[in-house]
Amino acid sequence: MSAVEIRNVGKIFNVGSSNQVDALVDVDLSIASGEFVSLIGPSGCGKSTLLRLVANLLEPTSGDIAVNGKSPKQARLDQDYGMAFQQSGLFDWRSVAKNIELPLELKGWDKAKRRERAIEMLELVKLADFAEHFPWQLSGGMQQRVAIARALAVHPQLLLMDEPFGALDEMTREHMQGELLSICRRTGSTVIFVTHSIPEAVYLSNRVVVMSPRPGRITKIVDVDIEGERTDATRDDAAFFAGITAVREALRGVEMTAHVRGIEDR
Amino acid sequence: MSSRAASIARSALPPAVFGVGFIALWELVVKGFDLKPYFLAPPSKIWQKFTENFDLIWGATKVSGTNALVGLLVGTAFGIVMSLVLSRYRVLSDLVTPLAIALNAIPIFVLVAVLNNMFAITSEVPRRIMVTLVVYFIVLVNVARGLTQVSPTHVELMRSYAASDVAILRKVRVPNAVPYLFTALKIAAPASVITAFVSEYFGGSQNGLGSRIASNIANSKNAVAWAYVLGACLLGLTFYVISSLLEGAATPGGGSKRAKKSR
Repeated sequence: MSAVEIRNVGKIFNVGSSNQVDALVDVDLSIASGEFVSLIGPSGCGKSTLLRLVANLLEPTSGDIAVNGKSPKQARLDQDYGMAFQQSGLFDWRSVAKNIELPLELKGWDKAKRRERAIEMLELVKLADFAEHFPWQLSGGMQQRVAIARALAVHPQLLLMDEPFGALDEMTREHMQGELLSICRRTGSTVIFVTHSIPEAVYLSNRVVVMSPRPGRITKIVDVDIEGERTDATRDDAAFFAGITAVREALRGVEMTAHVRGIEDR
Repeated sequence: MSSRAASIARSALPPAVFGVGFIALWELVVKGFDLKPYFLAPPSKIWQKFTENFDLIWGATKVSGTNALVGLLVGTAFGIVMSLVLSRYRVLSDLVTPLAIALNAIPIFVLVAVLNNMFAITSEVPRRIMVTLVVYFIVLVNVARGLTQVSPTHVELMRSYAASDVAILRKVRVPNAVPYLFTALKIAAPASVITAFVSEYFGGSQNGLGSRIASNIANSKNAVAWAYVLGACLLGLTFYVISSLLEGAATPGGGSKRAKKSR
């Protein structure tokens, strides 16, 4: 059974009003269990919208979505997925451990069990010494690791990430990419990852979904054929560069059509 | 710990020196230019009157201070409850806000005069109601902002956890509003003292600091009036310091430091 099934999904904002926006049309995507899929495309292509439809933070206007074979709403209520955003979204008034415990608190776990899981998650992201620190005492990269630990706290099979490394500097970013892959290898999570960065998408993903705007849609799905485990050496690999070229060409096609349309509009 | 004591001393020393210098200058100007006591009393005279009349001043301070405190507590409680209600029901907020603004625009003395007519002449209730109203608006506006201006990421995150509205209120909105509440209290505490004084000028018992200052000035007892002003100043400071200490105690990891560092 696939982890996420998206069939003929469309999303229109402000239906019927003068500022109606076709955010997504005719989106079909099937994501296998354990797969890492990136969504990439220019602003306004609907990649974040698509992620929020899967997360049931938005409702599709048309089409069907299934998450673990359930409706997205049921999957949300069952906390089948964990989510991380560009802003770490940590709560300043909670310690690092208490931040990670929050989703467990809402599930009604008792205190000892919550703490045990929080420590386990902190070890996973290598921040075990920072349990009692407050978020504002950590660097941006560390905050983002706590956010990922929190997203993983309920041991979800699915991880939804909206540009989680977008606010980090390049070096921290590459380090975090390696960390994320090693975490996924250990947990076996399925990941949908929204990004603006071509190398990031190629390095992390089994498949890169290229999207285009007005109206938001999938233009191409690029398979990334990198053999074996991905390490820092992968960044010098020919297959890595081939992947980057393929995604860039797919995106260029997006820009070209957008450009031609721009001329016609005049 | 000793370095902390040293840093406190470092930050406290300049204003302390300035304060002492200011009082010395005041004394020198009054003595040097031979200013008449009805124009400006020297600090030494004011201090002498303060100690002579300490029992009277203390009594008056208790009256005004109690009025301010009762109003502060009741106003804060009402403000918190109302901001919770208004943040929950948007429609109600739209209905009530214009009325609240109109009510707040009425000059204080008009209300005190009206309230004095409603209650017995010796009652402290009109003054306490006045303080309550002033505090209420300060707390309402600030806490309502803290409850509603939460990070959109936090709300999305909570929805992704399938959190109910009540859970979002308890775990996100209320903690987010706590620093706003203490900001409100730091403004409202001195304001409550000032309101308590001012409302004594419009009739009722002549037992508080405000009315004592007025009657001593009327009797040309300038130095005594100043001694009462000193009492008023100390009362206002006490309220401010307590609200500041409360803020530090109620915010994990030290309030203002956090506000500066986050985001």
